[in-house]
Amino acid sequence: MSGAVSRERGLELLREMMLIRRFEERCAELYSAGFIRGFLHLYVGEEAIATGAMRALSPEDNVISTYREHGHAIARGVPPGEVMAEMYGKVEGSSGGRGGSMHIFDASRRFYGGHAIVAGGLPVAVGMALADALQNENRVTACFFGDGAVAEGAFHESMNLAALWNLPVLFLCENNFYAMGTHLSRAQAETNLARKAASYRVPADKVDGMDVLAVEAAVRREVQAVRDGGGPRFLECETYRYRAHSMYDPDRYRSKQEIEGWRRRDPIATLKGALRADHILYEEDVSALEASVEDEVEGAVRVAEEGSLEPVEDLLKNVYTPREIRWRR
Amino acid sequence: MATMTYREAIREAHREALSSDPRVFLMGEDVGRYGGVFAVSLGMAEEFGEERIRDTPLSEVGFVGAGVGAASAGMRPIVEVMTVNFSLLAMDQIVNGAATLRHMSGGQLSVPLVIRMATGAGKQVAAQHSHSFENWYAHVPGLRVAAPATVHDARFMLKAALADPDPVILFEHVLLYNMSGEVEELAGPVDLRRAAIRRAGDDVSLITYGGSLPKVLEAAEHLASGGIDAEVVDLRALRPLDLETILSSVRKTHRAVVVDEGWHTGSLAGEISARIAEDALYDLDAPVERICSAEAPVPYPHHLEQAALPKVDEIAAAAKRRVGSDG
Repeated sequence: MSGAVSRERGLELLREMMLIRRFEERCAELYSAGFIRGFLHLYVGEEAIATGAMRALSPEDNVISTYREHGHAIARGVPPGEVMAEMYGKVEGSSGGRGGSMHIFDASRRFYGGHAIVAGGLPVAVGMALADALQNENRVTACFFGDGAVAEGAFHESMNLAALWNLPVLFLCENNFYAMGTHLSRAQAETNLARKAASYRVPADKVDGMDVLAVEAAVRREVQAVRDGGGPRFLECETYRYRAHSMYDPDRYRSKQEIEGWRRRDPIATLKGALRADHILYEEDVSALEASVEDEVEGAVRVAEEGSLEPVEDLLKNVYTPREIRWRR
Repeated sequence: MATMTYREAIREAHREALSSDPRVFLMGEDVGRYGGVFAVSLGMAEEFGEERIRDTPLSEVGFVGAGVGAASAGMRPIVEVMTVNFSLLAMDQIVNGAATLRHMSGGQLSVPLVIRMATGAGKQVAAQHSHSFENWYAHVPGLRVAAPATVHDARFMLKAALADPDPVILFEHVLLYNMSGEVEELAGPVDLRRAAIRRAGDDVSLITYGGSLPKVLEAAEHLASGGIDAEVVDLRALRPLDLETILSSVRKTHRAVVVDEGWHTGSLAGEISARIAEDALYDLDAPVERICSAEAPVPYPHHLEQAALPKVDEIAAAAKRRVGSDG
């Protein structure tokens, strides 16, 4: 990794991963304290993927994500206060509080959710890319999903449709090796996920999802290929979630040694090490970043705490398009 | 007035939409080169090109979901699902996707998607091609559900569905495609909020929709020859229901028979009966009666299939019972 990145850029990547991690840790605390309810799926350990991938996308590209999407949203530029307020169910949340942790949407940043049916976002991504192709928009739709999604029929139908119609979709598979508590090897006969995509004639590659610089470089390369009209691409990012699947998960299906093994490849520690080795990261940088991240996360919590609850009279809002804004573009 | 078949009316509706709005395209299994399994889109691929009359693989969850995505990204897709039976493979994208995206994004996304599907029995195609699941979709907030039962509605309902910013499902009964009827030229889009009175009458309200309408109208003629003046209400919209029209008819006639090709249990007819009971019980002179399909998968043999479905004489008999002049 040595010499791969400037000090400025290195610090930026480091800060973003630290921000996502601190944000997620704070979410866990706030969940335990009862401020966040429902399901909460944390991204701790996987920060390099969102951080690296989003940098390789343009603001005009579409992003579709899963229920483990706080990191994607923050890396895409959704203000952490809006993500936190969403988890508090407040009007100030990115989806006005209606979605919660699993349904972060921000159309202004072309961040289209927040899909909590495993693989449900893939056909939607194919359709968005189809719309772009039909409208001659030079835009890439980046679709995040996990290894679990690869077992769903929707994955296979989406690969085929995207390849058949040569659509500009980048399929980004975050393989953290567990679909809830079931290890990939216990769920799928073919564990080489890239091979499945390749069987649909979707060019497929694999990258170390614990290495932010490698992720960014790989995604940049794939995005360019898609943007150049080469049709869909598939990139598998191998990663690991340190925490349980959700806050309900007692995490009885994997060993402490396995978790420790992955922690030794921690993306934040790895980047810190590389920057230190290049003599472009100092101890005071780290403490300054920690303080600034802490401030930003506490600011987000304040936005959520100070936010307002939607009046119950609005319960039926946004089930259908309100008459006054029934638009035709 | 022009005379055409239900099939031709739907085709004309597509041609009008495709000609007037570049965002509109049709996709589904065999809609292109084959011309549609019910020949609705025959000739349209030649006229509009294979980009806009798009054949799909047998991937219901994939192409219905692609319709959801394309609709939310600025297009006006019409997705044809061959029959409602196959739509169950796509139900996730319809119910968990199309119906929820607006709500869970806090109004940031709209899904102006039209899904058309054939429904219903009567062609001896047995238990995996004959069922009526309209009520399953009519159960879901976020969707609009409608069923054209006349050639005129077949011609002008699509326009209304495409103008709607939310997902709309249109159900076409398989036995209606060959029906001929009159179409008022230059009529506006069908109002998806309003049921239609297909026959005015004072003695009993026969409430139905879609493929059962011709049977109900026939029953009403039988009744008329016996001196019973039935009013026939065609729901048109299955969600939301036009309760105003339903209830005002019942308040006038004081008797109701609801005819629905779905199974009795959990049927749309059950919902309508409940609404009448909730809001017009004291206007009734007789209990509401339902004529639905027998509680069995639709069988293959003709005589058993016909026995399973609502029948004209059964509808007329129910109306007579309600009016109290049975026999």
